[in-house]
Amino acid sequence: MTNHWIDIGNSDCILVMGSNAAENHPISMKWVGKAMENGATLLSVDPRFTRTSAKADFYTALRSGTDIAFLGGMINYIISNNLYDKEYVAYYTNASFILGKKFGFKDGLFSGYNKKTKSYDKSSWAFDKDKEGIPERDHSLKNSRCVFQQLKKHFSRYDLKKVSAITGTPTADLEKVYKTYAASGKKGKAATIMYAMGWTQHTVGVQNIRTMAMIQLLLGNMGVAGGGVNALRGESNVQGSTDHCLLWHIWPGYLKTARASDTSLDAYNKKWTPKTNDPLSANWWGNYPKYSVSFLKSMFGANATPVNGFGYDWMPKVDDGKGYSWLDLFDAMYRGEFTGFFAWGQNPACSGANANKNREAFTKLDWMVNVNLFENETGSFWRGPGMDPKKIKTEVFFLPCAASVEKEGSITNSGRWSQWRYKAADPPGDALPDGEIMVELMDKIRELYRVEGGAFPEPILNLKWDYTTNGKFDSHKVAKEINGYFLADVTVKGKMYKAGTLVPSFAFLQADGTTSSGNWLYCHSYTEKGNMAARRGTEDKSGIGLYSEWSWCWPVNRRIIYNRASVDRYGQPWDKEHPVITWTGEKWVGDVPDGGWPPMLTADGKVNPKTKYPFIMKPDGHAHMFGPGRADGPFPEHYEPLECPIEKNLMSGQFINPTIKEFGTDADTRATCDPRYPIVATTYRVTEHWQTGVMTRWQPWLLETQPQSFCEMSHELAKLKGVKNGDKVTVESARGKVEAVAIVTIRFKPFKIAGTTIHQVGLPWCFGWVTPKDGGDSSNLLTPSIGDPNTKIPETKAFMVNVRKA
Amino acid sequence: MADKSFFIDTTKCTACRGCQVACKQWNKLPATKTYNWGSFQNPADLSFSTFKLVRFREVESGGKVKWYFFPDQCRHCLEPPCKDTAEGFVDGAVIQDESTGAVIYTDKTRMLSSSNFEEVRQSCPYNIPRQDPGTGLISKCTMCFDRVGNGLLPACVKACPTGTMKFGDRGEILDMAKKRVAALQKKGFKKAQLLDADSIRAIFLVVDDPSIYYKFSVAQNDVGISRKLALRKLFRPATGLITGVAKL
Repeated sequence: MTNHWIDIGNSDCILVMGSNAAENHPISMKWVGKAMENGATLLSVDPRFTRTSAKADFYTALRSGTDIAFLGGMINYIISNNLYDKEYVAYYTNASFILGKKFGFKDGLFSGYNKKTKSYDKSSWAFDKDKEGIPERDHSLKNSRCVFQQLKKHFSRYDLKKVSAITGTPTADLEKVYKTYAASGKKGKAATIMYAMGWTQHTVGVQNIRTMAMIQLLLGNMGVAGGGVNALRGESNVQGSTDHCLLWHIWPGYLKTARASDTSLDAYNKKWTPKTNDPLSANWWGNYPKYSVSFLKSMFGANATPVNGFGYDWMPKVDDGKGYSWLDLFDAMYRGEFTGFFAWGQNPACSGANANKNREAFTKLDWMVNVNLFENETGSFWRGPGMDPKKIKTEVFFLPCAASVEKEGSITNSGRWSQWRYKAADPPGDALPDGEIMVELMDKIRELYRVEGGAFPEPILNLKWDYTTNGKFDSHKVAKEINGYFLADVTVKGKMYKAGTLVPSFAFLQADGTTSSGNWLYCHSYTEKGNMAARRGTEDKSGIGLYSEWSWCWPVNRRIIYNRASVDRYGQPWDKEHPVITWTGEKWVGDVPDGGWPPMLTADGKVNPKTKYPFIMKPDGHAHMFGPGRADGPFPEHYEPLECPIEKNLMSGQFINPTIKEFGTDADTRATCDPRYPIVATTYRVTEHWQTGVMTRWQPWLLETQPQSFCEMSHELAKLKGVKNGDKVTVESARGKVEAVAIVTIRFKPFKIAGTTIHQVGLPWCFGWVTPKDGGDSSNLLTPSIGDPNTKIPETKAFMVNVRKA
Repeated sequence: MADKSFFIDTTKCTACRGCQVACKQWNKLPATKTYNWGSFQNPADLSFSTFKLVRFREVESGGKVKWYFFPDQCRHCLEPPCKDTAEGFVDGAVIQDESTGAVIYTDKTRMLSSSNFEEVRQSCPYNIPRQDPGTGLISKCTMCFDRVGNGLLPACVKACPTGTMKFGDRGEILDMAKKRVAALQKKGFKKAQLLDADSIRAIFLVVDDPSIYYKFSVAQNDVGISRKLALRKLFRPATGLITGVAKL
């Protein structure tokens, strides 16, 4: 979230699309309700009428996988009806930047496409620059090659009729949503988006989010209270795990994972430190070496020295151009490329797309360690459906671990609030907190390397490994290391900081090895003032629900990021009723501002030479209406899902995302426009179960409320298939099949897509064969293992199936 | 302690069923074996071990789909017919807590025969009481009067994340409920109304015809005081509220 949960209550219009907040983020509805009591409108857009839709002022449906068409139509509507915030767009975004003559777009492809590699050479997506090397701009937005005009041209193709033909949403409904949402383009009004996996889990997942981010920029909704782009994270601590580099492509704090071609620390820093020639751009990532070196100092402590590049050579490198995402790893496992696997706090046998492939991949392993609270389908795969234990060599170890309330530590919620939690009870039996398991494991590994040696022992033996107190894992020691220490007496801005003290904030981090920080973004979270995440101040000085003394929020306790765009160029809030920050003439008051520089204009309307542009994380200081960093194009474009019901993309000759790469194993089958699988399907969660249900399917009270897997379908489809409500049905895709109970409902309706009737069904993915015995299995047995080209998140929200009475 | 009441604002209910599960947790009620019967509503009905149940109802009107949620429970009538009926058979089987107004089924309900129970059930205008076929005990929502007596909110109210379930002194609750109706009517919900607010302590707010939510959302005329009961009432002294109910 750029904003936070409480802030939803400040909104004038809430769009829930690509998520189902009422069912999957139930507490959020408290704040949605508050906004509605204050007169806000709730819009729900979903293929299925959900419990969120039940609370909405307006609901409409779209076919799964057509969100860019839907939102592209909104961009077209906003621009052609002049509803965008001109000042905001012209001065805070790169809409005014002039594109080079080589940039172009034709029939679904941007300039620079290489058919053979299925990728783009992005050099033609560059801006024209003046002789100082600063992008040329036209703040009137009239230049035909400025981003705004190109944007206008691109999305003019998304007219109501065409969007309706793709999405199946009636044109009147499209207009109603567009008009209601776009009303927030007025100064002082804010609209927000609550999205989740319904947008991310597509082959165009990243571009789904980008389309919405562009809408928010057009309407001046970024940085303001009640606005923002708000990802509802699917786990209580998934924001924290992402911040601390759960994903392969980043180090903590969104630093880049080193590539094989980054042969030295200098080369690595040079490659990943962006530059700007514009003196008014803060270019915050220009500080990159301070953060990367401080991170290496955290990793290797005193062993990291300037001579050895602070241990950079000991960090693992990834091969250039190779992916190591979830889908890549399971593909490699399936092909027998590695032999051991830690399934830690996860259940890929049910949670992973194309679950049959994952289950089969486990049989190729020599060993698996399953760390979890309960037995699950992953650890017990060898005795699962279709498996012959006699033929499976994989040795499985089960390590019982502590539940969240049985250990101390922090969790970071969707709103980026790091909140300290205390241990409430001892874990049962032999169960241990994850930290203790890791310490014991690594101690043993280090001992083996020390005694027996091995290939490349340096990273293991040089590791700074002192996170215990009295031999036990100590979460406070880890939290302090994440914040970071001064490692020598350091003088910053005339003040001396003693070696061994905690660094007050990331502005103090150094690139010379005199500071450490396990995650620069969290530097400020555990300081000499104490554990900021443990704060429980309940006063709200802001008046807009920031509660700045409750827990701690990254970065530097800034509750609404990009908040310097919440004010005009004089530093006065667009929304006087909900000011996030305000310039008093001398300083900013309110939330922690996105940098303390003065506003862009002085009181007499001149550019203040001391100012910086508000979007400080971008090299040019402007939000990206044009996003040249994406793999699949600088503007979003509608492509059909990998599996879809219609034979051509109504937008262009390019059928599917031209940059996706399919896996080649025999398990990666697909069937698009195939009469055997004529029905669109999607998967989702239910309120009553958590993720794959490993923690909830063992709870009788929860199981009582949702006992069995189900397949929701329209009355029209049910009639066609001879299915009655409550019947058992078989749902089958090109990859697998599941049995489920039919819920025949008016909450699903057939779509009119390009003149034909298309049906859609949906299934939850929270069930599995281990327990309950009559509950059914995961709907991920149906989903394809195809990923978004930017993130490799799988496309589990739009695929094709058939349904028949079992 | 003042007379208590619930306010159940169905416009805020998302059917998360936190109330339903919290009720089971506090009252130590076992889960029943359920099957998906083509509905999210599960268990399908109230039972001896299910005092609180979110009922789901989907309807279509004017081309618009509506999905109504109704967190059903005992209404704790100001003058509970079930108490009158039960007392006709066993004195003290059903009592009313003077301080809160909670209608409580005691251990003595096990002394009621199954036909006695049928009469008790039929006398309830909201179809609430359920009997354990094993022990013969009759049960339903207790208003968590053991919690309330100790200054806590009922478990269902405490668990509710959306503000659907409210609980407090009756005067304040009625006030809150009426204000909410007015606000919803102003917003265009012409049918916004409180259900039987003057005669019960669990006051539902709905925005459509009550019967669409659930048959027993409002008191049913064909139940309540039966002829038999009316006659019996005639020939014995009125009992009214009993005093000094023991705390659990």
